[in-house]
Formats: sequence, C-alpha cells, structure tokens
Amino acid sequence: MANIENNEIRYLNPPTVEVRKKKYCRFKKAGIKYVDYKDAEFLKKFLNEQGKILPRRITGTSLKFQRKVAQAVKRARSLALLPYVTDLLK
Amino acid sequence: MIKQYETVFIATPVLSDSQMKEAVAKYVGLIKENNGEVVYEEDWGLKQLAYPIQHKTSGFYYLIEFKADPQFVATLETQYHRDERILRFLTVAMDKNAVAYAQHRRDKKAAKAAEPAAEANVEPKAEEEA
Repeated sequence: MANIENNEIRYLNPPTVEVRKKKYCRFKKAGIKYVDYKDAEFLKKFLNEQGKILPRRITGTSLKFQRKVAQAVKRARSLALLPYVTDLLK
Repeated sequence: MIKQYETVFIATPVLSDSQMKEAVAKYVGLIKENNGEVVYEEDWGLKQLAYPIQHKTSGFYYLIEFKADPQFVATLETQYHRDERILRFLTVAMDKNAVAYAQHRRDKKAAKAAEPAAEANVEPKAEEEA
C-alpha cells in the first residue's frame, strides 16, 4: 500500500535493460581502403551460411564499403574461391 | 596510355608441371610482346574449387600483375577464351588503392618468406642505411 501512495513502481525482478553495442564499419575503423577478392576467408565474414551477402544492417559496414564487399564477393565467386550456392558454409 | 591490371586464371588440373609452366610462359610472353610489363607473378598451385567447373573439382591458379595498354586486355581475354587449358579467368583494372594493397601484400609475403633468415637479413639493411 505504501508503494501506491508514493506513486512509485516497484518490480519484483529488476528490469533487464538491453545495452546494444553500437555497430561500426570495420573498414573505416581499421583504415582498410581496398577489399581484396582473393582473400576468401576474409570475405566469408560478410556471408551467411548459404553464401549470401549479409545486409549492412547486420554487419554495420558503411555503404561505400558494402558496395566494394559485394563487388569482391562476386569476383571471388566467379573464380570459384567462394560458392554461389551452398549449405553450411561455416 | 598504360594502366595496371591483375589477372587470375584457373588451368585444368590434368596438366603436368611442365605443361603448366608452358601455359604461364605463353601468357607472360603475350604480355611482353604487346609492350606490357609484368609487375608480379604468383603461383597459388592446385586449389580446390568452390563448385565444379567443366566437371573438374580442382584447378591450378595463377596470378599475374601487369602494366599494359587497355586495348591489350581484349587480346589477352580472347587468348584465354581460345585456350582449352583455361577453365576460368578474371582480369581486373587496379586503382591506386589496389596497387597499394598489392604492394603491401607482396611485402608481407616477402617478409614471411624471409622470416627464417630474418637475422641474416637485418644486418645488410643496417649497412645500407649507414
């Protein structure tokens, strides 16, 4: 009763506050200027398990570098360094 | 006008070592004949392909970095097309970032190769500076 009089909300469990980590562009942060199509292992970070390119909203890459990543992935695919379609890439 | 390019081709895995060398020599020769300059060559050896090409699951990869006239690229690619030994190829024009990256990659590779003999290499460098 005392709680209502004080006009204060009290929880039985402490409310979980979600602290989301800010996404950042790894290229801008690391100062990488060129995305290499020959480095398939690096490009795999930007692919999902089916070998599809992940969207920016997930990887946090800036638009400028997302275009370059997409270009590099497509080049790597044509050289059979990365698959076009697959399951369980990782 | 001269531009820098980078070309990677995949040759069939059925080639013998000498046949592969001959194929490489052909393209290096072709670049040189057309007033091009080979900047760098790299043999990646036999690699597994991510998906089969012409029913083959592996291939010999070879990278050539060269400077040439833009018109030469078409000549090079027609040669690739006519060559039955070549499964796949890719030619890319390099901008200034790509050139810098390639240089950095080469330096790193050279440093890695020189690592076992690192101590031997340090001394001559010190002498050069002095």
